[in-house]
Amino acid sequence: MNTSRALDAIRSRWYVALPVAVVVGGVLIPLAYLLLRAAQADPQTLWDLVARGRTVRLLGNTVGLTVGVLVGTSLLAVPMAWLTTRTALPGRKLLTLLGVLPLAVPGYVMAYALLATTGPYGTLAQTLGLVVPRLSGYTGAVLALSLSTFPYLFLNLRTAFLGLDPALEESAQALGHSRWQVFVRIVLPQLRPALLAGGLLIALHVLGDFGVVSLMRYDTFSYALYIQYAASYDRIYAAGLALLLLMLTAAILVLEARLLKGRLFHQTSSGTARSATLHRLGAWRWVGYAFALSVAGASVVLPAGTVGYWMADSAATGLPWAGLGTALWDSVRASAPAAVLAALLSLPVAYLGVRHASSWTRGVERIAYLGYATPPLAFALALIVFSLGTVPVLYQTLALLVGAYALHFMAEAVGPVRSALYQAPPHLEEAARSLGRSPLGAFMSVTFPLVRRGLLVSMAFVFLSAMKELPLTFLLAPVGFETLALNTWSYAEEALFGQAAPYALTIMFVSALFVGVLLLREQTARPSPSEAT
Amino acid sequence: MDTPILSVQDLSKRFAPGAPPVVHDVSFDVKDGEIFAILGPSGCGKTTTLRCIAGFERATTGTVSLRDEPLSAPGVHVSPEGRTIGIVFQNYALFPHLTVLDNVAFGLDEGPAAARDERAREALEMVGLSGFEDRQPQHLSGGQQQRVALARTLAPEPDLILLDEPFSNLDALLRQETRQEVRELLKSKGMSAVFVTHNQEEALSFADRLAVMRGGQIDQIGTPEAVYYRPRTLFVAQFLGRTNLLLSQAAGTEARTPLGTVGLDREAEGTVLVSLRPEHLSLEAHEAADGTLATVVGRSFKGHDITYRVCCQGNEYLVHTDNRHLYEPGETVAVRPLEPAVVLESQSSPAEVPRGATPEPEPEG
Repeated sequence: MNTSRALDAIRSRWYVALPVAVVVGGVLIPLAYLLLRAAQADPQTLWDLVARGRTVRLLGNTVGLTVGVLVGTSLLAVPMAWLTTRTALPGRKLLTLLGVLPLAVPGYVMAYALLATTGPYGTLAQTLGLVVPRLSGYTGAVLALSLSTFPYLFLNLRTAFLGLDPALEESAQALGHSRWQVFVRIVLPQLRPALLAGGLLIALHVLGDFGVVSLMRYDTFSYALYIQYAASYDRIYAAGLALLLLMLTAAILVLEARLLKGRLFHQTSSGTARSATLHRLGAWRWVGYAFALSVAGASVVLPAGTVGYWMADSAATGLPWAGLGTALWDSVRASAPAAVLAALLSLPVAYLGVRHASSWTRGVERIAYLGYATPPLAFALALIVFSLGTVPVLYQTLALLVGAYALHFMAEAVGPVRSALYQAPPHLEEAARSLGRSPLGAFMSVTFPLVRRGLLVSMAFVFLSAMKELPLTFLLAPVGFETLALNTWSYAEEALFGQAAPYALTIMFVSALFVGVLLLREQTARPSPSEAT
Repeated sequence: MDTPILSVQDLSKRFAPGAPPVVHDVSFDVKDGEIFAILGPSGCGKTTTLRCIAGFERATTGTVSLRDEPLSAPGVHVSPEGRTIGIVFQNYALFPHLTVLDNVAFGLDEGPAAARDERAREALEMVGLSGFEDRQPQHLSGGQQQRVALARTLAPEPDLILLDEPFSNLDALLRQETRQEVRELLKSKGMSAVFVTHNQEEALSFADRLAVMRGGQIDQIGTPEAVYYRPRTLFVAQFLGRTNLLLSQAAGTEARTPLGTVGLDREAEGTVLVSLRPEHLSLEAHEAADGTLATVVGRSFKGHDITYRVCCQGNEYLVHTDNRHLYEPGETVAVRPLEPAVVLESQSSPAEVPRGATPEPEPEG
């Protein structure tokens, strides 16, 4: 019943139709085009590409890295979430902040910090004379990715822990279970949706990651794609790799959906549950502190300290102010329009989803999320192949980069706009219309003032995300375009840690702002776990 | 006869081509200055009817005209902003980012700002909210919010106003008082209004005329008294209050019922179902017996009157009487009808028809 109405709303209003078309077309057409190009290749060639041993090894490495990071993040996030929600540990608020702060350290900065700390020329060797083997490969990649992505799981688990009905645990205890048994048999199963949701985000991050695997020189699909692109640009092989990466992503999405099916747990009684009784840790609290502080030390203090150390090293030879200014300007002039564009695109998409909820509008929202789930390297490659094949003028322009940012990060923009729209019930617009306003007039005079704040939050999210984005920038930036992320990465790639430091520091500052916006939003409106980005 | 201000003819609404109609061939007129209620259980299509009149929904077939001007007709759909019809929503839909005054002035977009504010102030004064101009709507009580919504709707002087469950968000005490005030306000302005409710008491006391709706169709239209005392169908009889249903053998203007021979409101023949409201029955001591004998099963004292439950041949009946005589449970009494019974249109086979006292009508939602 709502589909026809949604279609009506789209057909009759260009200002709805246009953005929806841009979102759907912008995400789907390049991917379809990539598929088409690969299909045009000689099947035998394609098969040889896919079936060779290297592909199998890449697949094994990519899956292995994903599994390793999932285990690593769980080991960090589950105890951190439990400590901050279920114990009476003094200073829990501060520990919560420490669990979120690593979001301010992008993976490639984390990788840079690990590389710059270890090895014969690392910080440890220079300051303490302690030579540890330089981290790289699988171990380095797992460490860097786990330390930089575990907050996604931490945030999801926190919400889940806080939402658990303590009566369930108390019932189990009254039935004679020990605390540990209660945790394993009652709490863990209920955490499953949160584990899956957080795990999905992390898996998508690992598949999409380019900075860490390239710095750690670990052979995954993304790394191979980069080598293909940088060294011997073989279009068919690159497209094939991108497709394999896409298929792996699709497989993970399907797997997650299947695992989650029918596993949504609800509180059985309605109304607000009591908050749980907090565990008193006694002497064990020192173990809790030691754990939390070492996690924070590795994920926040280490990168900040490393960057600071190499900053000083760099300052001795003079800070590259000019380069920093150029890089900042390049980052801003690509990220700012992308933020505005993403917010403008997300408004009609969220509006349709909220006001005309139907399978059709959910599809449009899914496509927006698909843009986010698609590994950036594959998405960028699809855009390159597509623009070269259809509108070559667009290739290596700022416009294409801005469009890619906007489509990729739109999912981050939809959430805040959608929550804001829920605050503006449809009757408000209808009241305005019965008082003489046109549909657009009613929206502008009534709904828009109410979603303005949500739009600003959306723009902040997209702007800050685009500022630190590496792979899309790497493949799509116009010639001579040097963003903060590109500089950090390319200096770190050549082990020029001093030169990389000022850029990395700026990136961390930008990312810290992102975390600030995130926390502010958490405080003002508690988002449901499903919309956490 | 003067032309009605609102005329709805054969209005139907389907939300999808194959779907069953939510509103099916609904027709009614609203006279100038009249307050018209659409009463029905939730899901009966009353709100959809209202939204078709307001223009938020497109009618699938049928016409809606305001003072003989078609608003909805084949090939015609005047947008909501193009109709001089105001609407008050159940949740009031006050704009949270505007002050009370700006809310009321929202529909007044002609003339200089000062003149608009002046008219808005007048509207606020009319609903007794002078002095609240600069408040934010969310800081007002439910009753005050409702009056702001009413002022906002009345300020542009629409030809007709629509009210969607206007009193259901108020608590019971406030509801009766507000109902009275709003009715007096609308009457003093000579305003025509259509309102929608699931509460039979509200419809009976607020409206000049009402339509009882069920399953997308109108069962009966009439004055509150006519609809209450002479329900056309079993549904109307049950929905407007408790009643006694009697399966009877009619012959002309009389019928043999389980409560003896009773006069009928119209001629009928054969097996019919008739309705007798509890206040149309009385109890007498069985020694002076003139009516059918029954046993008192229960009694509930309501102050101004008493409701007895009596049992007669296995069925229970309700009787409202004044409280001069008290009968104890177990006592044998005579039941005497005071008014002719109302013959209901037969809709199902007699075997499925309920008999005896009907349960309390349940207004959902």
